[in-house]
Amino acid sequence: MDLNLTAEELAFRDELRAWLAVNVPKDWNEWREKPIEESFPYLRAWQRKLHQSRWAAVSWPEEYGGRSATLMQQAIFWEEMARVDAPPMANSLGLGLIGPTIIACGTEAQKKRYIPKILSAEEIWCQGFSEPNAGSDLAGLQMEARLDGENYLVNGQKVWTSYGWVGDWCELVVRTDASAAKHKGLTVLLVDMKSPGVEVRPLRQMTGESEFSELFFRDVRVPAENILGKVNDGWNVAMSTLMYERGSYGARLHLIFKRFITRLIELSWTFQRNGQPAAEDPVIRQKLAQCSAEIEIMRFNQMRAFSRITATGVPGPEGSIQKIFWSELNQRLQQLAQEILGSYGQLLAGDPHAIDKGIWSYAYLRTRGNTIEAGTSEVQRNIIGHFVLGLPRSY
Amino acid sequence: MQFGLTESQEFLKNSAREFFAGECPSAEMRRLMETDTAYDAALWSKLVEQGYTGIIFPEEYGGVGLGKVELMLLMEEAGRALLPGPFFSTVVLAGSVLDAVGTPEHKRKYLEPICKGGVRSTVAILEAGASWNPGDVQLNASNGTLTGEKLFVTDAAVADFLVVVARNAVFVVDTKSRGLKITPMSSMDLTRKLYALEFRNTPAEELGSSLNLPRAFDIATAALAAELVGGMQRTLDITVEYAKTRKQFGKSIGIFQAVQHQCADMYLETESSRSAAYYAGWALQENSPDATVAVSIAKMYCSDAARTVGNRGIQIHGGMGFTWENDLHLYYRRAKASETAFGDARFHRERIASMVIDSCGVSAKVA
Repeated sequence: MDLNLTAEELAFRDELRAWLAVNVPKDWNEWREKPIEESFPYLRAWQRKLHQSRWAAVSWPEEYGGRSATLMQQAIFWEEMARVDAPPMANSLGLGLIGPTIIACGTEAQKKRYIPKILSAEEIWCQGFSEPNAGSDLAGLQMEARLDGENYLVNGQKVWTSYGWVGDWCELVVRTDASAAKHKGLTVLLVDMKSPGVEVRPLRQMTGESEFSELFFRDVRVPAENILGKVNDGWNVAMSTLMYERGSYGARLHLIFKRFITRLIELSWTFQRNGQPAAEDPVIRQKLAQCSAEIEIMRFNQMRAFSRITATGVPGPEGSIQKIFWSELNQRLQQLAQEILGSYGQLLAGDPHAIDKGIWSYAYLRTRGNTIEAGTSEVQRNIIGHFVLGLPRSY
Repeated sequence: MQFGLTESQEFLKNSAREFFAGECPSAEMRRLMETDTAYDAALWSKLVEQGYTGIIFPEEYGGVGLGKVELMLLMEEAGRALLPGPFFSTVVLAGSVLDAVGTPEHKRKYLEPICKGGVRSTVAILEAGASWNPGDVQLNASNGTLTGEKLFVTDAAVADFLVVVARNAVFVVDTKSRGLKITPMSSMDLTRKLYALEFRNTPAEELGSSLNLPRAFDIATAALAAELVGGMQRTLDITVEYAKTRKQFGKSIGIFQAVQHQCADMYLETESSRSAAYYAGWALQENSPDATVAVSIAKMYCSDAARTVGNRGIQIHGGMGFTWENDLHLYYRRAKASETAFGDARFHRERIASMVIDSCGVSAKVA
């Protein structure tokens, strides 16, 4: 056990730190409150800047524009980005999930065609996975793709598509063999979102905004050469995408949560409870300490997981622990914020009395999604029960 | 950065697990817990042979000189076996206090025999107020003697000498001294016995000031957290095995999500506890600035998690979990004793609060 960074890791961190010190935008705070449609060109420009110095996709092999960074270096990357409060990159799904899948499963022609424009944020990618009747049971998806000459004819609906509103391309999972067992008849297609018959509708969520879209496909023609991987092997391709979802990105969470709780502790000195600062109320103190401690434990769990994956070479189903831990902790943290802020906690952005421009009311509502998105807590517990503990499959 | 065990750490952990499984299986643990002291001289001499009694102490006093992470691993395995007797009291507690507080002469006289295995000892801390706050200690020495009471002292009946925490100083008392009465306190954990001590003009040798006690207590606290991790792991293993083999409605009960998800939570709590305990060991070893808060985080989390894991394990076992013959309640009893020892979760949350909230308050007030 050695929790100090190695010389190589330190060198990586210092190079990145030096670069960020010069290049991270100073005006992100003004932009972050604007609607994403307005700030999106700004995020594209930021990604381009990172890409020009080979920082946009550090985990990718060098030949594809990355730095072949180790998992620990990837974790350092996300930590450093969070430390300087850097803006997100415009093409985050392309860089984090879809690009790596194309590199792993794509043909040379596909890699050549798509990878450079993912890196440069010229083409934004979205993911067409979930459907109205296929959420946790993803393999039960129904979107139909029928071969018609050189093309697939695609019909059906997708939902919960992040970046759907701005997506140029979509990693789409479709059913190409309705007679096969449900995991066996799926195929992944790379679909041009400007194809005739694709309709994108914003999905308004409980926070009031629309992070996600619904996609409707009516007789959309997709060239058969746009298959990623093999026909009817889509489940494995899709799973390799989801594997990246549980990668190093979580390394930034402890810094983000820490920023929240540090601010909350500050506020607890100014908000009164029973005639004294909330920070002096014994119950509030207990809860703040509990959340602070759990943020640290989340970090320890992640460090152990990264070390284990580095040693074994494969991300295991233990990633489910991280998912349950951070999502449920975030909900407890925001509930605690509401307890401290009292009546002020409910005020929305724009209200002159709102605290911190309404982030607390927003975060309180937004965290309800945390235990649902990227695999519900129930699915995560199934994964631990079956794949880690060896209990019989319950579904 | 590498938050995994090195080969030699892995070796130590595995050999400790095999050792405890071989020398102290459940039947032996149960035999010892039914005795007055839960101490067995033969088992003790085997612990000595393994070098466990000197694990973290300097070689010049007969120790092995390993680090705090290694201590965590050993305690985790001892916890898995629910090792009965005075190992924690003697080695982890008294040994660490002697190491932190004593002069070289004291260490030669008291720590060296602990390392070499010839003596047993313990530390007397709590009084009637049962406060883990060092400032609340009342017992005072006058003219080289102690008069007063100590409670909740582990394994005192098998100790050759006692380390006694008094106001501002730490003393050593020979258990054969005049004016010392040792009375058993009947309590939940049958594997680690508690005693009340009464001192009446009992001669005591001053060891040193209590200034360095917090360091020793931090080591003992982290070690207890690691021991709890071992107990949780055992409880989880027994429970998952039961969930696979016990059949109701024609199926293994582990297929039901109401059962399976509780097992998943036990796993999450056990692994998170392990991360916290290992980190605390590392921070202590490195004298990291966050060592004290890391110890509190570990003790806080493990204290609550051990109880919760025990609750779930017993519940999943149904009626079997409520029987005397099942081992779960023995771990559950130990978990309760260790939960309160060196401060429960509530105590450590307040300690964390005083470190992370109050420092912010000071700067807020200044600003």
